[in-house]
Amino acid sequence: MMNRVAIIDYGMCNLDSVQRALEECGASATITDEPADLDHADRIVLPGVGAFGDAMARMRARGLDTALKELVLGDGVPFLGICLGMQMIATVGEEGGETPGLGWIDGVVRRLQPNAVDRRIPHIGWNEVEARGSSTLLQGIPPRSDFYFVHSYHLDCDVDADSAGVTPYCGEFTSVVERGAIFGVQFHPEKSQQHGFRVLKNFLAY
Amino acid sequence: MLTKRLIACFDVVDGRVTKAQQFQDNIDVAPAEDLAQQLYEDQIDEIVFYDITASAQKRKIDLDTVRRVAQHVFVPFTVGGGIRSVEDMFAVLKAGAEKISIDSMAVRNPSIIREGAEAFGRQCVVLSTQVKHVGVSAGLPSGYEVFIDGAREATGLDALDWVRRGEDLGAGEIVVNSIDRDGTASGYDLEITSAVADAVNVPVIASGGAGNVDHIVDGVTTGGAQAAIISSILYSPRFERNPSVRELKTALSERGVPVRPYLDA
Repeated sequence: MMNRVAIIDYGMCNLDSVQRALEECGASATITDEPADLDHADRIVLPGVGAFGDAMARMRARGLDTALKELVLGDGVPFLGICLGMQMIATVGEEGGETPGLGWIDGVVRRLQPNAVDRRIPHIGWNEVEARGSSTLLQGIPPRSDFYFVHSYHLDCDVDADSAGVTPYCGEFTSVVERGAIFGVQFHPEKSQQHGFRVLKNFLAY
Repeated sequence: MLTKRLIACFDVVDGRVTKAQQFQDNIDVAPAEDLAQQLYEDQIDEIVFYDITASAQKRKIDLDTVRRVAQHVFVPFTVGGGIRSVEDMFAVLKAGAEKISIDSMAVRNPSIIREGAEAFGRQCVVLSTQVKHVGVSAGLPSGYEVFIDGAREATGLDALDWVRRGEDLGAGEIVVNSIDRDGTASGYDLEITSAVADAVNVPVIASGGAGNVDHIVDGVTTGGAQAAIISSILYSPRFERNPSVRELKTALSERGVPVRPYLDA
């Protein structure tokens, strides 16, 4: 099976670990900020850290939002958003002022609301993910396995069926979204050792 | 639930991990990339790497070693030492680190915390503090003072005032590194660790003094820390025997500390 993966680079963040992890999983991964390069990709990965508003502005400035829409919604190219990359596929984000997202998954990206038990934001560290329904990405991974998280915001899905995995922190939030060929994970598979590799392999096999 | 993290800390000189005692008398341990690979396979939760002579020698951080360590490590990796600007931070991130640790430079130029958080997100910026018990005085209500430059320079800053300010400026995590306990294997300074944990709402990391499992348990329970930095216990030749990460996690789990379980391949 062909597995040329395009990793989207829209500014200042470390994409090397995502690239190395995908290559460890057998893919041929290239980093690009050119919409034209995406045409040759069998799959697309959108990583990201930083702020929602800023990241969306950088995507739009490069024409990446339009190119992605054509390929993912139009042609059905499998897509994986990681961390901020998962949040950016939502309808709207609240970080740095209300900003429209790519709008592929109905929902709002909100700040985690601290409570008496979980009062520290960002949510940083290894926490469990529980599959909801039959998740594609979590196939073959034992229930409630730990993944590495580092974030202050989360995607609050409007449609329950889009939430394919949840994590207990500040109550409970969606840590995996799946709708057809559109996938997103709030944790960092590239930093989650064996289970992270399994998630990437499941995406590559979809 | 969110587990407690075990973070392996490397003090690196010329690409090799060294081990000091109270910030002095460094002895050579191993090449950084070899030790990183070994601990990654042993399922350490995170690795932090300090280029300890970069700041004092007024040179840039050793990016080649950062790259070599990052190459095969698929757990979070933090790098510190000799970082003076957002450009330096970006260079370290591009070399393969996820987070940047700033310490002495943040005291000299606190706005670097805000600039880093704005450029890369606050989760990228770890504020590391070297604290020493000096007794309560008018300017030091906590009785703990912040030091810089390998614990050589007193700053006059109160430890709790400084960590609160660091959080306000945008630090995503705070490391409490006890100068008194560094390399002593006598346990973390629980008093200042728990005071910092109470003072801020970002994750707090205990550092300096872990010599056995009980110390780690104390750090993440009484000390209130979300993570424990360990080094000597893992690899110091001064120890009769260095337990594996797997053994430490099993022991922590038996004592009721939630940890990421060791997975058989």
